[in-house]
Order: sequence, then C-alpha cells, then structure tokens
Amino acid sequence: MTTTTTGAPVETDLLRFTTAGSVDDGKSTLIGRLLHDTKSIFEDQLEHIEGASRLRGEEGVNLALLTDGLKAEREQKITIDVAYRYFATPKRKFIIADTPGHVQYTRNMVTGASTADLAVILVDARKGVLTQSKRHAFITSLLGIPHIIVAVNKMDLVDYSEARFEEIRAEFREFSSKLTVKDISFVPISALHGDNVVSWSDRMPWYEGGSFLHKLETVNVGSRRNYIDFRFPVQYVIRPNQDFRGYAGTVASGSISPGEEILVLPSGHGTRVKSVEGLDGTLEEAVAGDAVTLTTEEELDISRGDMIVRRKNVPTVNDRFEAYLCWMNEEPLDPERSYVLFHTTRQVQAFVDRIEYRVDVDTLHREQAETLGLNEIGRVELTTANPIFFDSYRVNLATGNFVLVDPHTNVTVAAGMIRGEVRRLEALEDAQDAIDRPVSPAVVWQGWNVPRVERESRNGHRATVVWFTGMSGAGKTTIAREVERRLFERGVSTMLLEGDQVRHGLCGDLGFAAGDRTENIRRVGEVAKLFFEHGNVVLCTFVSPYQRDRLAVRSLLPEGRFVEVHVHAPLEELRRRDPKELYLKEERGEIDALPGSKAPYEVPAAPDLTLNTAVASVDDSVELVLARLERDGIIPKPPD
Amino acid sequence: MTRRIKGHLQALENEAVYVFREVAAQFERPVLLFSGGKDSIVMTWLAQKAFRPGAVPLPLLHIDTGHNFPETIEFRDRFVEDMGCRLLVRSVQDSIDRGRVQEETGPDASRNALQTVTLLDALKELKVDAALGGARRDEEKARAKERFFSHRDRFGQWDPKNQRPELWRLYNGRKAPGEHFRIFPLSNWTELDVWQYIRLEEIPIPHLYFSHEREVVRRNGVLLANSDFIELMDDERPELRRVRFRTIGDATCTGAVESEANSVEAVILETGAARVTERGGRSDDKRSEAAMEERKREGYF
Repeated sequence: MTTTTTGAPVETDLLRFTTAGSVDDGKSTLIGRLLHDTKSIFEDQLEHIEGASRLRGEEGVNLALLTDGLKAEREQKITIDVAYRYFATPKRKFIIADTPGHVQYTRNMVTGASTADLAVILVDARKGVLTQSKRHAFITSLLGIPHIIVAVNKMDLVDYSEARFEEIRAEFREFSSKLTVKDISFVPISALHGDNVVSWSDRMPWYEGGSFLHKLETVNVGSRRNYIDFRFPVQYVIRPNQDFRGYAGTVASGSISPGEEILVLPSGHGTRVKSVEGLDGTLEEAVAGDAVTLTTEEELDISRGDMIVRRKNVPTVNDRFEAYLCWMNEEPLDPERSYVLFHTTRQVQAFVDRIEYRVDVDTLHREQAETLGLNEIGRVELTTANPIFFDSYRVNLATGNFVLVDPHTNVTVAAGMIRGEVRRLEALEDAQDAIDRPVSPAVVWQGWNVPRVERESRNGHRATVVWFTGMSGAGKTTIAREVERRLFERGVSTMLLEGDQVRHGLCGDLGFAAGDRTENIRRVGEVAKLFFEHGNVVLCTFVSPYQRDRLAVRSLLPEGRFVEVHVHAPLEELRRRDPKELYLKEERGEIDALPGSKAPYEVPAAPDLTLNTAVASVDDSVELVLARLERDGIIPKPPD
Repeated sequence: MTRRIKGHLQALENEAVYVFREVAAQFERPVLLFSGGKDSIVMTWLAQKAFRPGAVPLPLLHIDTGHNFPETIEFRDRFVEDMGCRLLVRSVQDSIDRGRVQEETGPDASRNALQTVTLLDALKELKVDAALGGARRDEEKARAKERFFSHRDRFGQWDPKNQRPELWRLYNGRKAPGEHFRIFPLSNWTELDVWQYIRLEEIPIPHLYFSHEREVVRRNGVLLANSDFIELMDDERPELRRVRFRTIGDATCTGAVESEANSVEAVILETGAARVTERGGRSDDKRSEAAMEERKREGYF
C-alpha cells in the first residue's frame, strides 16, 4: 500500500459523522482541536486565527474561529447552518457535518444526520444532560444513526472528576434507553486543553477507554447500508447508438451480478441482467454504493424513476404510506396543498393526509396537531399521485427516505422517513371499539388445546375465511354452495355459514336495523373464527353492508386468512332476478329497506376478489374463487 | 476486472458520478466550467466516466481572462479533444470591448473580478440552467457550507441564508425561469484526494503544476509569475526560482510556491506535508477577511 509522508495510505475508508452541541458546549473548540492536533490546519489558517484572536482581545489562539464560516454568524457569534469539515489520519478520512445545537435548528441537525454513520453529542460537564442533549439523541435515533459518542467536555472545570462523569453517563443512559441507538459510548475530554481528544490524558487516570479520536478511528463504518435487498433506482438512460442501451444509477442496496433475474417497477416486466458496467469496465458484481450501468437481456422500456429489483425480492409498491416528517420551513405544513415528493430518482405529487401526532422532541411526548411548523417532527400519512417503491427506513435507509418540495417556491420544506404502509389501524380500532369483544369476568383462557397448525398439517390444506358480501340476489349463496361442493370433493374440510341459516338460531333475536346488523355480523365473525381454528375453509355469505363490520371480522383473523369476495350485479338486474321477492316486498313496504336499494350498502374499498354476476356465469365465478385459494396457498392445486 | 481505486477515493468517485448523472437528468442546458486547472480536469475525467460509453452530454465552458499561461491553452485544447468533449469559450476581452466592464488599473490590476460579468453574460446567452464547477468545501471557510446543488437567483447571486437543506442524496434542482444552479460534484474532496486520484487514474495535467524555473516577483507574500500581464512596482525585481503552481487561474493573481516536486508522487508528498492552504497562494482571497464570501454573493465561482 502506498503511503504519503503524513502516513495516510490511499486505501483508507471514509467515516462521516455529525457533531451536535451548542456553542457553549465547546463544539467549535473540539473540532478546532481535532483539526489542529491531527495537523489538518494549515499555517496560513493558523496565522489568520491568531490574528483574529488578538483582534478580539483573546488570550492564546481561539480554535473555535477555525470553523465558523459565514459573516452573519461571526457577527451573531453562532453557527446557523451545516458546515462540512475534512481531516484525515493514517487510518481514515473523516467528513464532519458540523451542526449547530441551538434551540431553533433541529432542521440542520436532521440535515447533518442524514448522511452520518456516527453522531457526536457534546455535554458540558458542569451542566450535565440538558434538554438539548436529549433532543440531539432523539434525532440521532430517529435518523437511524447506529453509533453515538457522548463527549463530556470541560472536564477541566470539574476538576477532572470521575464521579461527575459517571453521574452524567448514568443520566444519559437512562434517557437513551427509550431510543433505538445500538451503540453509545462516553469519553471525558477537555477540548480546550486537548485531554483525551487525540491522545489519552494522564489527568484522568481513572478513565480506561480510548481517546475521542481513537473511537472515531475504530468504529465500524458502512453499517447503515443494506447489503441484502437489491434496489436500483434508474437515474439516467445511456443510449449512444443502436447497439447499446444502458441504465445508469447507483446501487441503493443489495448486490447484483450478470445473469440474475430482475423485475422492473412499475411495469412489472421481467428479464435478466446482461452486464454490469462499472466506471472502469465490466464487473462481476456491483454492491450498495457502486455507480454502475446495467444492460438487460431483453430490451424493455425503462426510464428514469423506474426501479430495478430482484424478481424474488420486491419493495412495497403503494401510493399511501406512513412516515416521520421533520418540517424545515417557516411556512407550516398545509394539508390542503400538494407538494412534490423526491424519493430515490422519482418525483411525484403528494399530499399529507393526516397528522397522527406531533412529537415533543424534548419530552418525547406525543401530542395532537393540526399542522407541523418549522423544526417540528410528527408522524403522518401521505398519499402520492403515483405509487412509489419503498422499504421502511429502518430496514433500508436508501429507499426509505424522501423530501418534500414546495412546488411554488421550489424550496425543500420537509424531510421524511418512511415507516411502512398505512395499516388502516384507525378503521380497525373503530371497529374494535364498536364491537368490543366482551370478556366474561373471571374467565381465563389458556389457548387452543390442539393448535390450528397441527390440524392444517393433518388436513393437507390451510384454514381461511372466505367472506362473500353483496346485495340480496347477487348470487353469494349460489356461488358459495358450489364452491363448498367442489372443495368437499377435493377432500377439503369446509363449513358454510349463510345469512338465512344463522337467523334461524344463533341470531334469531336480531332484526335488520343498523345496530342489529352489526351484532349479527359480530356473532357470525366469532363463529367463523371457531370453525377457522378448527382448520376449515369457512365460507360465509352475508349482505354485510358496512365496511367496518367486515373489517372487524378481518381483524379477528391472521393476516392473509380473510378473503373478501364482492359479489356484484347492477340493481336493475337484481330487481329483475329477485328470487326471494325481497325487492318486491320492499317496494310494497312489507319489509325494512334493503341495503343497496333504499338502505346504504358500502361497496368494499379493496376486495380480494370481485365477481360480476351480470357477466360471469356461476361456473366461472366458482373457478375464480378456487383459483384465488390455490394462488394464496390455502388449498393445493389439483394434479393435472 | 479489478478496480484501480478503493476506499475513500472510490466513495468520492461514486458520489461525484452520481451528481453528474443527476445533473444530466434534472437539467436541460448544463455546462461544465473548465478553467484548465486540475480540478476542472478531474471533473471532465469524471464526467466522461459517468456517461460512458455515451458521450458527455454537456459542453465545457471556458471563461478566458486573456491572461493565461500559454501552456494552459495548449493543454486545454488537446485534453478536450482527447476526452471527446465540446468546448465553448467566452472571453473577458470581449466584455471589455463591448463596454460591459472596465479594466482595472494599477499594479494589482486583475481580471479576476471582471470574469464574473463575462461568466454571467455567457450563462444568460447560452440559457444555462446548471453550471458545474470543481470547487471544494475544504478550500475556504465560506465554502464549508456550500451545497452540492447551489441555487442562484436571476442575478446569479448566492444567498447564504436561503440555501435549500440537502439531505441523503436527494438533490433538488427545481427553479424558476431565469434562475440557475451552480453544482459542485467535488464538494467532499480535499486537495490531497484530488492529487491521489490524479495519480491512481493517471490523468494528464499541465506541467505548470510541476517544478520548473520561472521568473517571479514577491508581492504581499505571494510569488507571482513575471509576465506581460503584470505591472512591476519600482522596488520589485524579478528573480529566477524553481516553482510550481498549486492552482491555475488568471496569471496576474495565481501565486506560485517554491518547490522541487516534479512528479505527481512528489506533489502528493509535498501536499501531504504542505503547511499553506491551496488558496493561500491566491492574492484575491486576501483582499478582505470575508473576501470569498462577498465575491460569491456577486456570482463568482
């Protein structure tokens, strides 16, 4: 390995870290000290600050002057923006994102933290853990930075006291236990005198850890990258002539090699990678962080903003998601307005639909909010005009981050970290509230004696609930009966629950008013669950006009074990069919209003299957249901 | 195929290439500002790598002060041809002839400030929406807070208080008509990084960067090359020294350093141990403490 006179080898790695703390904590002095003691300050710069220090009537050299850049700041004597500093040791090159810790500048901390592998939080040994230190730790955790070094500064002013250091350490640890940062270490320093900054100081013989710089040099870098899930946002298409068409971009996460099967989003078209062109020629493999150009076996229509992924490892594709949002603009968030969302290489229109809560960054308390103002952080739901391809920020930083831009001023107004899809928790919670599952007092339930999985394993198929909803006469029961017959013939264990049937016994006491309909469905849901736990494919045919009742049943069952089938035909067609003469009776006023006719019927927002019986025959509809169950892996496919 | 570079230089190269591609995708009429100095040479090199096997999809723009070292122009023309790039030249002399600016007078006269007008005129004439430069954050204090995508208003001015937050690698290039961006792909590089990259990639650079004999005068602690472009003061006597340049700009204000370094390796050894910042040799930065910041506000690169 080649080295220079400073001993810096060419193949050193790169650590990006952020520093937070207020001016009074001595942050600028610490950075000045690091630059000075690692010989990263040039003679002319040193002369310059020596002169400036004298002008200000200060004794000695004020190292803090090295790092405050802009005139306005020098006048206000505070740093007001993120400044980047560089230094190198023989082991590493370092990029410091120096962010001010002033009350107002959450925005800058978030900016600096977005690219950092490590955060340095300064604590003044005399003052201990302040509200500000907590805010810094919270933001570090929110931004997913894996390492924190807490530098307890000004130890010289507390007589290098071990007890004081331990006290601060304990206090910080208690607070940070609520956060998700994995690695926190503490170092007692005096930036002014250089104790424990670059080398170990004999003024604190009780401290046995490494110096501040030693920690920076030895921490593991690159741990923020995801090396598993291949994601390649297409940045630019290179097409110099008829013979070459390449997709340029940077591997956001995972790795890729020639010959691998890939899928292009949003089109969903598949092909294989033909070659991976690196910056110096063809590569056998490209990994996260590499700027490359991919060519494909088949020529597909791929453009900027598309994402290339592995066929068997696909991100979430959705136009709704939940995220943490940090607002960065004087003009507060306006839920009525659309913003431009920048995500990977894609730009789409977006609305912030809902603010779930705002986080008080000092206490971590959640509070209700109508909007988010400058430097405020909240959890929100967003909707985009077109789907985006994302992973949760925690799992994959590269595909989980986004910013919002104001389309009128073009200014970046917010930074976001995606949590995941909207869970429709609200709807479920409402449903749960409406039909709270009553528990008899003094009843303790110990769980099923024979677990469902054992029954499923013996049956040779899985259990599920197939819920047929739709207006009277649409064909729910006809189709469900035929499905059950076919399943039975294939050896599948089944149960059919019909509306008319349960009304003869289980729900004989209920009428057809809204409250009674809800209670009817609640009871049916519980019964369906019992048969489900017994390992059956449970077919339920109920008008079930209310979305929240259907969601309530869904919520009783595990994910993927509730198949909502909307059986549908136009009202005129139903009136014409009218097998039970219900529409006729409704017309004559002999019965209550029918859902979908004179009473409401809430059409399923996202049914798993829709059967239009005005067009499809009973046989076709049955085939569709069976195919769905096969596709979901509930029942095995019949042998050919 | 093994990569020639690894570690932090590879990270910096990947980052710069990402920025180049982002510019090509987000802007309609970008140009690469080419001064003939090593930073703009490295920029051109990176651009060529970013779009291979395609051609670099943006032209180079040289703002020519007319006060060049002759070697710079020869090198420029050869290099640009080798890289297969298109070069546009706009000259300060034209701006003077058209009455857009007035030549400074006196011994410290420089066209360094005048080139700002020529540059802004050229950007307007060519309808440039993004001008890429080789500036680095380590060069000067005011640059430490510069963005990769730096927004300029319709007058080409930079407002340090109105710069957009830049997070992760999401670069916001949206703008109103008439506004443009300055873009700095080498933001995170240091002088040493640039030299190490030049060595590992074997990038050709002008001989001015290597030790040679030259007539110089010492003025305000800076060694200036004696040429037709500078006016000697009474007490100034040109002397022959072995020098090299650490930056190559206008011949009237680019300072030389005494050096025996005659190869890239020797320059790296010297840079690694150098005790004066690169810009320390530029007399224009010394005019006032906040000199650089003021010039940037006005649209200087």
